[in-house]
Amino acid sequence: MRALHVENLTFNWPGSENATLRIPNLSLAQGERNFLFGPSGCGKSTLLSAIAGVVDVSPGAILVANNDIGALNGGARDRFRVDHIGMIFQVFNLIPWLSALENVLLPCRFSKRRLARAGEDPAGAARHLLGELGLSDTSLVSKPASELSVGQQQRVAAARALIGKPDLILADEPTSALDEAAKAAFVDLLARECAEAGSALLFVSHDRSLEHHFDRSVDFLALNGGAA
Amino acid sequence: MLVFSLRSLWNRRFVAGLTVLAISLSVALILGVERLRDGARDSFANSASGIDLIVAPRGNPVQILMATVFGVGGTGTGMTWDSFEWLEDRPEVAWAVPIQMGDNHRGYPVIGTDASYFEHFRHSGGQPLTLAAGTILTGDGADAAVVGAEVAARFDYAPGALIVNAHGSGEVSFELHDDAPFTISGVLEPTGTAVDRMVFVTLEGFDALHAEEDAPAADPLDPAAMPTDDHDGHDDHGEHEGTEAKHSHEPDRINAVYVGLIDRTNVLGLQRAVNERPSDALSAVLPAVALAELWGITGTAERAMQLMAWAVALAGMIGMVVMLSATLDTRRREFAILRSVGATPNRIVALIVAEAAILTAAGLILGLVLLTAATFVIDPILSARFGLRSGLNVFGMRELATLFLIFWAGLFASLIPAVRVYRMTLADGLSVRL
Repeated sequence: MRALHVENLTFNWPGSENATLRIPNLSLAQGERNFLFGPSGCGKSTLLSAIAGVVDVSPGAILVANNDIGALNGGARDRFRVDHIGMIFQVFNLIPWLSALENVLLPCRFSKRRLARAGEDPAGAARHLLGELGLSDTSLVSKPASELSVGQQQRVAAARALIGKPDLILADEPTSALDEAAKAAFVDLLARECAEAGSALLFVSHDRSLEHHFDRSVDFLALNGGAA
Repeated sequence: MLVFSLRSLWNRRFVAGLTVLAISLSVALILGVERLRDGARDSFANSASGIDLIVAPRGNPVQILMATVFGVGGTGTGMTWDSFEWLEDRPEVAWAVPIQMGDNHRGYPVIGTDASYFEHFRHSGGQPLTLAAGTILTGDGADAAVVGAEVAARFDYAPGALIVNAHGSGEVSFELHDDAPFTISGVLEPTGTAVDRMVFVTLEGFDALHAEEDAPAADPLDPAAMPTDDHDGHDDHGEHEGTEAKHSHEPDRINAVYVGLIDRTNVLGLQRAVNERPSDALSAVLPAVALAELWGITGTAERAMQLMAWAVALAGMIGMVVMLSATLDTRRREFAILRSVGATPNRIVALIVAEAAILTAAGLILGLVLLTAATFVIDPILSARFGLRSGLNVFGMRELATLFLIFWAGLFASLIPAVRVYRMTLADGLSVRL
C-alpha cells in the first residue's frame, strides 16, 4: 500500500485558463519522507489542498492510502481527511482559546479512527507526543495556545498532526516562521516522530537547506511538468 | 459541540457578555410589561370585587369607577341622601354603602363612609377587610379615622395618632382643615389594592370638617342646609326625616353609593331604575363593564409599550447577529484549522448556531433574574404609589411561550452569520492566509 499516489493530476482554479497543476506521477511509500521544494506561488499549496481533498479533482487522480479522493463527496472527504491525514501549516495552526493539549486532541474529537489509533488513553498519548517534541512541562501543556511562542505552537501542531498515527502528514512550510537553529531541530523531531508513527511525510518548503533530513527530494517545478 | 461553543464564547466573553445583557434586558422588558399589565388588571379587578353596582351622580362610568374605587379624580356634584335611601329600600338591594370624597390626607384620598363599608367591601376574590390594629369606625365618635396599610406605613401611624386632612385631591394643598383633626382608631391589613392608600372617616366627621369651615357663610339656624364645600346646587332634602334610626348621621349630599344585590341577575333592572330616577341625575355603573371600558382606553398605550419591548428584543437580536458576524472574519483561521482536523462545513455552521443558542439562552435566564430583582425593588414603590403589584407570579403559559419565541428568534437570527460562515469555509478551504 502506498501512502500517496498521484497520477495524471490536472487542476485549474475556476476561471483560470492554464492548469495550475499538471502532475504525471508522484508517489510516497508507507512511512517515506519526501521533501518537495520550489519557489513561492508555484502551486505547492494547491497540490496539498488537492491531496487534502479541499479542492475538486477528477476521480483516479489522487489516492491516499489507496482511497480515491476524487470519488468522495464533500462531507466524506472531510471525514477521510481527518482519518488519514495530519496537517501542519506555516503559522497559526492552533485554536487560540484551547489549551495545547486540547489542540493536540482535536483530530480524536472528529475521527473515530484517529481516536482508536491513539490508544486507550488519548490524553496520555498526546502528552507523550508533546514530551517527545520537547513540551513536557505540564503548565505549558495546559496553557491556552495563544500564550505559547511560535516555535512551541509549531511543535504542538506537529503533535496534533501525528496523534492517532495517520497514513500521511502534509506539512506546508511549517518552518518558515522559525529561526535557523529551531528549523533544523523541528524538522529533526518531525522526521523522527513520523518514523515512530509510521506515517509518510510530504514536506513542502522553498528552503533547500533542510533537504538532507529526508529520504527523497523532489523539485516541484520539474514535477509539475507543462504547467506555467 | 456545546462545550466547544462555550469555550469559544468564553474567549470573547466581554462582547458575548454585552450581547447577553442586551438580550436579557429585552426579555425583562417584555415580561415586565406583561406582568405590569396583568398586575394592574388584577389589582384593579381585585379592588372592585364584591360590588355589584356603583351609583353616583351622572357621569362617565370609567371616571366614576376611578374616583370611587381607586380614589383617582372625582365624581360630579353630589347625589342626595334621598336617593341613597331610595336605593337602600329597593327590594333587590342587599346592602348599600354611602361614600363621600373630595378631601385628601397628605396626598392620599379621604373617604367618608360608615361601618357598613368594612362589612361589605371585598377585595382579591372575596376577602373582607381586616384590621391590623385598633377598631373600625363604629362607636369611636365622629372624629375617628381608619387608615390603609400603606398610609400607616408611610407616615408611621398607629391608633391614637392625630391627623389633619386637606381639601381637594392633589398632593399639595394650601387649604388644610387643621381646625378639624381626626384620631386614628384603626389600621387595616395590607390588601394590595387601592384601599391601602385610603383614609376612612365617618360621614359625620367628613361633614363636620366642611361644616366648621363653611359655618360663617351658612345659616346657623338650619343645620340641614349646611352645604358641604364640595357640592353646591340642589337643596331638596325634604323627606329624609323619617328614617333617622337607620343611620347615625345623615349627610346632605354624598358622592357615591356601593350597592350589593340579593340576586345579581337583577343588576340590569336596577341599573335602569337608577338611570331613570327623575328627581336626581344618577348613573349606575357595573364595575366589570367600566373596567373593560378602561382597558379599552389604556389598550393603545399598552400596545405601544409592548411594541417598544419587542423592538428592544429585536435590537438585542441584531446585536447578537452583529457580534457573531463581526468576529467571523477574525475567526476564518479558526474555521480552517477545524476543517483541517475533519470538521465539515456543517459542523462549523452548527458551532455558530450553538453559540447563538447559548447567548440567547443565557440572555433569557439573565433576563428572568433581572426581572425578579427589579420586581423586588419596584414592587413596594408601585404598591405605594398606585396600589398595584406586578407580583412574583408563577410562570404563565404565555410567558413560557414568549421565552420560546425569543429563543427560536435567536436561533433563526443566527442563520445569517451561519450561512456566511458556510460559504466562507467552502471558499477558504484549508488555506490559512493572513
